[in-house]
Amino acid sequence: MSTSTVPADNSFQFSQLWRDARYRSYTIQIIALIVALSVVMMLIGNAVENLEALGKDFNFGFLFEPAGYDIGQMLVEYTSASGHWKAALVGLLNTLLVAFLACVTATLIGVFVGVLRLSNNWVVSRLMAVYIEGVRNVPLLLQILAWYAVFIHVFPTPKQAVKAPVIEGAVYATNRGFYVPGLTFDGGYQIVVAVLLASIGGIFVFRRWARQRQEATGQILPVGYITLGILIVPAVLAYFASGMPIGLDYPVAGRFNLKGGLKVGTPLIALWFALSIYSAAFVAEIVRAGIMAISKGQTEAAYALGLRPKRTMSLVVLPQSLRIIIPPMISNYLNITKNSSLAIAVGYMDLTGTLGGITLNQTGREMECMLLLMATYLLISLSISAVMNFYNESVKLKGR
Amino acid sequence: MSENNFAFVSTSEKPQLPPPQGTTGAVGWIRENLFSSPLNTILTLLSIFVVYSTVPGVVNWAFVDSVWNANSLDECRALTENGACWAVIRERYHQFLFGFYPTELYWRPILAFVLLFLALVPALWDGMPKRSTALMASMAYPFVAFWLIWGGFGLEPVSSTKLGGLLLTMIIGVSGISFSLPIGIVLALSRSSNLPIVKSLAIIFIEFIRGVPLITLLFVAHVLLNYFLPKGVNFDIVLRVVIMVTFFASAYMAEVIRGGLAALPKGQYEAADALGLSYWQSMRLIILPQALKISIPGIVNTFIGLFKDTTLVLIIGLMDPLGLVAPTLADQRWNGIFVELYAFIAFMFFIFCFAMSRYSMYLERKLHTGHR
Repeated sequence: MSTSTVPADNSFQFSQLWRDARYRSYTIQIIALIVALSVVMMLIGNAVENLEALGKDFNFGFLFEPAGYDIGQMLVEYTSASGHWKAALVGLLNTLLVAFLACVTATLIGVFVGVLRLSNNWVVSRLMAVYIEGVRNVPLLLQILAWYAVFIHVFPTPKQAVKAPVIEGAVYATNRGFYVPGLTFDGGYQIVVAVLLASIGGIFVFRRWARQRQEATGQILPVGYITLGILIVPAVLAYFASGMPIGLDYPVAGRFNLKGGLKVGTPLIALWFALSIYSAAFVAEIVRAGIMAISKGQTEAAYALGLRPKRTMSLVVLPQSLRIIIPPMISNYLNITKNSSLAIAVGYMDLTGTLGGITLNQTGREMECMLLLMATYLLISLSISAVMNFYNESVKLKGR
Repeated sequence: MSENNFAFVSTSEKPQLPPPQGTTGAVGWIRENLFSSPLNTILTLLSIFVVYSTVPGVVNWAFVDSVWNANSLDECRALTENGACWAVIRERYHQFLFGFYPTELYWRPILAFVLLFLALVPALWDGMPKRSTALMASMAYPFVAFWLIWGGFGLEPVSSTKLGGLLLTMIIGVSGISFSLPIGIVLALSRSSNLPIVKSLAIIFIEFIRGVPLITLLFVAHVLLNYFLPKGVNFDIVLRVVIMVTFFASAYMAEVIRGGLAALPKGQYEAADALGLSYWQSMRLIILPQALKISIPGIVNTFIGLFKDTTLVLIIGLMDPLGLVAPTLADQRWNGIFVELYAFIAFMFFIFCFAMSRYSMYLERKLHTGHR
């Protein structure tokens, strides 16, 4: 027979706060909370005091004052008379633009390099290893600055470029940027856009129907071609039916400069180029890890079931490696977005360059500008993380 | 009757023939690996073409035709048309190494650099005799290095504005690396603990830091930190940058280590509890050694990232190697020599980062015990 050795003493002793596991967690948490709160209070208190001492207040009214500076590259209408908020918006759109472009190209290059890196062709895989190691181990900022310098020195001035176009009357490469045909929108273009959006919706419906049909009857449709058809045919028909409302605006060669068209400035090109080349190396490693993680038995089992190589890839290998590839890929996209803030080094007016750069220097409102800047980046990051968490939840292996 | 049905019947075993020529040796390897299919052949030829069209040119540019002795870019160009002008590096290498540190005091950062390796030996060499004593000595290194570089206490003081070049990179990188690991461990443990308040504090800190670009944190260090400090308190700009870089790296470090903690089988935690170990004992003896081992590649990647990110200080006006390019180009004599400068700096960073990544691979192989 055993007897309890614990005395039935329920009286609370002060030392239990630290020695008793039941209370210790509360003690630690309360101490942590007090410390954290007092640090925050101290920081805020200091900030209030210091702002007062400098005679500054804390308000965001400056956002509606005219910005007074020009921006080289913009997606929405902006002049120097627009408010600071508009400048910040232009910056935000520029950030998203370069981030999007770099994500697309980095993925394309990276997947290509990653697959070649795995090739059993010794020369090719060595070459790709040299590229990956060389690019990954050199600071991105250096690469951005170097590409910028190269683009400025390699391409001719606009005056010379007019004489030596890449494509006569359409594409000119100058040291200030590339001039390419831009899109012009006349009345009625909304119809084309609406039709395009509707067909994208239609594609989703069609693919779901095709999958259900296949599961029910076992018959397989050429989904890829039909998808392409749904995407293109209605939009092209609508385009001609509504009288060709979307046209091209070609750059026109003046005597000293180029007019019209779409100007893609050298800072954007250098930044895009450097970000793509740099991030592609990371994408390549992610892809390589993802493919290598799928054991050979999976492929062999699929062959044993009689699946053809293409179907093995799309039905067995890819779904499994995508589960491994996509989360690091999304955080890589997040890194690209954050790294695009290095734009400030080459004068590309992204969010950091406008709100955290010129606006901050002109208005002297460091606190407000930095708060807005960080909050915006935080918002972008958190929404991307939310997407990633949602994805992770949906592909998680069930029941382990 | 069956004798005539067979033309030839062997009565003894024949010796094995060698494998057909072209499937063994160098030829076989080349066939197998480089020309096994049309696509492979095209890729091989394309790669060889790429190598052939770049490598000789680069080697010529960097070594054969390069100029080491000249006083200006024009002199270089007069000597060679297509060679690198390394004369600028020869003239200014001390700037790229030490920034504007007083020339007669160079022995101090050099000594600090040498001591760094001595301090690293016990940390990296696990078979060292009397390792724990040596580790204690290594702990004193940051203070010694601080004293050597900034002076004071009998040494001539040197102000932070004089620091630059690789010296600045090393200061920020090494202190960021050595402080971010312990902070990262604490943050990771907090985030995976079951104390809700501690956990949410860690989550807020980590997600905030990871959600903003490093450059905005450096801006905060540059223009905003003074607002948050009591009046009269003023940190040195290098110290502010080190603090921010450390915070930044430790948030990433925390996530890497948390991954390692989560990857451990739950049985390890339960076994530690069953042995009656306290939280800290189980962490120190059972969980962390395994979790850190799993996270080595991630940890080293964070280190490499931090080391590369030190270049960002040029945006707030500090003179790291990259920040010294502009002043060099502003010199009349070296105007337009950017390729050589960028190549040199890239090479410098490559050596450090590549060495770190190779060391991590070695460590991974060594610690891989085969049951992951």
